[in-house]
Amino acid sequence: MHEYSLVEALIRRVEEEARQRSAIAIHGLKVSLGELAGVEPEFFRTAYETFREGTLCEKAALEIVRCPADWSCPVCGRAFATGEVLRCDRCNRPARLSEKSQALLLESIDMEVP
Amino acid sequence: MCTTCGCGDPELVPVELHEKILAGNDRVAAHNREHFRESGVLALNIMGSPGSGKTALLEATARVMSGVRLGAVSADLATDNDARRLAKAGIPSKAITTGQACHLDAELVHRSLVDFPWRDLDVFFIENVGNLVCPAIYDLGQEANVVALSVTEGEDKPLKYPVMFQKADLVVVTKCDLVPHLDVDMSKLEDALSRVMPEPRILKLSARTGEGMDGWKAWIESMRAPILGRNTKEARAHAHGHAHAHDHTHDHTHDHTHEHTHGSTKHAHPHSHEHAHEHGHGGSQEEHDHGAGDHGHAGSDHEHEH
Repeated sequence: MHEYSLVEALIRRVEEEARQRSAIAIHGLKVSLGELAGVEPEFFRTAYETFREGTLCEKAALEIVRCPADWSCPVCGRAFATGEVLRCDRCNRPARLSEKSQALLLESIDMEVP
Repeated sequence: MCTTCGCGDPELVPVELHEKILAGNDRVAAHNREHFRESGVLALNIMGSPGSGKTALLEATARVMSGVRLGAVSADLATDNDARRLAKAGIPSKAITTGQACHLDAELVHRSLVDFPWRDLDVFFIENVGNLVCPAIYDLGQEANVVALSVTEGEDKPLKYPVMFQKADLVVVTKCDLVPHLDVDMSKLEDALSRVMPEPRILKLSARTGEGMDGWKAWIESMRAPILGRNTKEARAHAHGHAHAHDHTHDHTHDHTHEHTHGSTKHAHPHSHEHAHEHGHGGSQEEHDHGAGDHGHAGSDHEHEH
């Protein structure tokens, strides 16, 4: 259940940004979660609902962008399906994972400034 | 103030950040890593299920590496039993009691270093909380991730916990002395690993009988070489003596070429970037230049002839 500590870090970061910009309110935030980031999006949302109370994020909607695991051959570019051996038999290369597959990112915040 | 029409209403602005949610943890981890490297300490993050044999592996390590100064912090939700076991085995250790937390983070490790003589060590084991999920995403400042997987856990464990295994630099298959008593099929286990790790590195051993411990010892020595190499030339020459002691227990064929994918798939382990290109098993286009002990991938069980 490390989703709770992630959300705690997220909200702290959002509040810091809001204070720096003297925001009046935060309307929403957007995060990207990769399939191989080790985070369960539903737990993440539940954790957010729990933690946002009493914070500047209290009324901020959470948008979660899910990024699928994306393995491909670094030479020929062919994609690997989930569960496939992660080695290109044609090029004899280990598969490469896209950065987004492990994303655990705070993408943006919509805030109201005076 | 809305400056577009001068209506006086507050303005809604989108602030683009695109930053890691764990940026704070990663900063502390980088700080830890810098400390370990400066002091020539090899830090290893030992992960695995509860009961996978992490503590037993470290106890057995003390038996086969008497000349090397080992130390450990051991994380547990509620007890310091593991730390006491390790101390008894001759490994100075300290317990980190995490309370409800299911994983270690870089700050917990950093705090554990205070009043612990970690600078005097050669190898610092960070025994993580027994858990195959949460610890995987927290960088602690370690040089490498080691995942202990016992033969009793089932061959498909890697497929069930892909994130943990994808982050592993080495998978240590433990309790191999039990294999004759089980229905475990090692080739199935290796197959499962190849579906979650592009370049699986596996060592099979038994902490109880000592079988395979020489391979583990050789892997640790090979990981120490580049760290020592950063400090002194003499240390490099010394480390080189151990750098080639591979343990050939695993019959995957790895024809290495220049392309390595670590950058996008793992934590930043600069050593593997720095040395990766000097490592060309099976590659005809590369020179084998191991003169300085720069062997970033020793311990990987390639099928190759020297």
